[in-house]
Amino acid sequence: MSIKVTNLTKYYGDYLAVDNISFEAKKGEILGFLGPNGAGKSTTMKIITTYLPPTSGTVEVDGFDVEEKSLDVRKKLGYLPELNPLYYDMNVVDYLDFVAKLDGIPVNEIKKKREEMIKVCGLESVRGKDIGTLSKGYKQRVGLAQAMINNPDVLILDEPTSGLDPNQIIEIRNLIKKLGKEKTVVLSTHILSEVTATCNRVIIINKGKIVANGTPEELQARSKGQSVVILEVKNNCDKNALSAALKDIRSVNKVEFVKDNGDSFLFNIYGEHGADLREVISNKVMQQKAMVLSMQAKQSSLEDIFRELTK
Amino acid sequence: MNTANIKTIFSKELKSYFNSPVAYIVMIVFMVISGFLFAMSFFQVNIASMREFFGSFFIQLVLFVVFIPAITMRSFSEEKKQGTLELLLTKPITDIELILGKYLSALTLIVITLSPTILYFIIIKMLGPIAFWPFLTSLLGYILMSAFFIGVGVFVSSITENQIIAFIVSVLICLFFFLLGKFLMIFPPSFVSVFEYLTTDYHLSNISRGVIDSRVLIYYFSMIFFTIFLTKVSLESRKW
Repeated sequence: MSIKVTNLTKYYGDYLAVDNISFEAKKGEILGFLGPNGAGKSTTMKIITTYLPPTSGTVEVDGFDVEEKSLDVRKKLGYLPELNPLYYDMNVVDYLDFVAKLDGIPVNEIKKKREEMIKVCGLESVRGKDIGTLSKGYKQRVGLAQAMINNPDVLILDEPTSGLDPNQIIEIRNLIKKLGKEKTVVLSTHILSEVTATCNRVIIINKGKIVANGTPEELQARSKGQSVVILEVKNNCDKNALSAALKDIRSVNKVEFVKDNGDSFLFNIYGEHGADLREVISNKVMQQKAMVLSMQAKQSSLEDIFRELTK
Repeated sequence: MNTANIKTIFSKELKSYFNSPVAYIVMIVFMVISGFLFAMSFFQVNIASMREFFGSFFIQLVLFVVFIPAITMRSFSEEKKQGTLELLLTKPITDIELILGKYLSALTLIVITLSPTILYFIIIKMLGPIAFWPFLTSLLGYILMSAFFIGVGVFVSSITENQIIAFIVSVLICLFFFLLGKFLMIFPPSFVSVFEYLTTDYHLSNISRGVIDSRVLIYYFSMIFFTIFLTKVSLESRKW
């Protein structure tokens, strides 16, 4: 196991930030840490990276205990802290060389490693510029380059895509996915789509506790929400009669008339969990001599699960 | 202790001093003030000696109580504020290596700032007989004194995120040690020798006379050690 967290608890004074959590992550896994602000994501990451000690419980990285073998753990790690701290008065090349030296990379390999990172993270065009003058997206790339320059076994990324534009987000996600094949990546986020897009395992954490742990698909399947179909029909029918007819369907719980679009009517039809209502609805609409313009079954999303578990 | 790590931090810090106006302001202002006072004392007293110069209250005040806190105020406070401290402390480097790297870079900047005094010595040497030894010990005294106050400044900057607070608090602490010697007469006679040993004044004037007393060295080195130790404790306080 690359990361092994056992019964981890962290108090800040009287405030309980992390409450007895345990989880593991292995090589090739991209683990998404999901939770509302203040849930304990960053605290857990700070403990894994040896910045803060646990109040109780243990954390091991590649078999090294974070408290007893702190320096060994740090050699195995790449860490992008929250808010991506950087030295704004240094230029990109100097900064990466500085970090490489601190990481203990032999002097004759520093240049090679740095150039590799500049290429991987797309920093060629800004290599000589002061970091303070770079755009947020480039700063984030410098932060990632910093975290990866020592080719770490374990990458801890605290909100790696925050503040990036959509194109940059996709680039960074692809980069993380590529890296995740041969490393252990733990990333925190409160953007739900990020988890579905990048992670192969999700841990949802709320008020310091793990409330869910599984693949994104598993979590979606666990959802207790109901299925929803959005139906649009042509306006040449009686909307009340149609609504009543739809309500007669056995697995339909509720029919909601949303709006009159002028030439079409829009309905939301709520059914039991797991039921695909589209076929029966389509039959019913035809019986009513109405015309289906569009119909869409809405999957219960990770968003629903998240809200369910963390409210 | 890994000296490579100390060197990495040291050269990065020194570079950043010279990347910002701080180093240049301190060096230029010191050169102007010291050059002026050197010329004044030299031509007024008309003796080939640098005692007047090194004994100058004004030079000491500016250097020890203003410049040193100005140099050290950002050393840790800025790292804390920008969050880069977290970055450094999750790299394979120990707290003490980080502190020493920063400490030594500030000390180096002060030594560079003091280097024009060698030029003053050479000028006097050309004009008249001047003893080398008292000059050397005076310079050593200045460096030891700076080493102590840099320790104070680095420590104070490690307890706050705010550079201005770091500056003001360091100025006050340095001023206390610096002025204590001037107010010895207010203490009861039996305590004077104790307080005298604590004052920087006493040791500085001792060493400037050309006497390198072990008591002086013990004083400075224990003060330096103590401030570095306090800085380490302050960095570790994140874990409490």
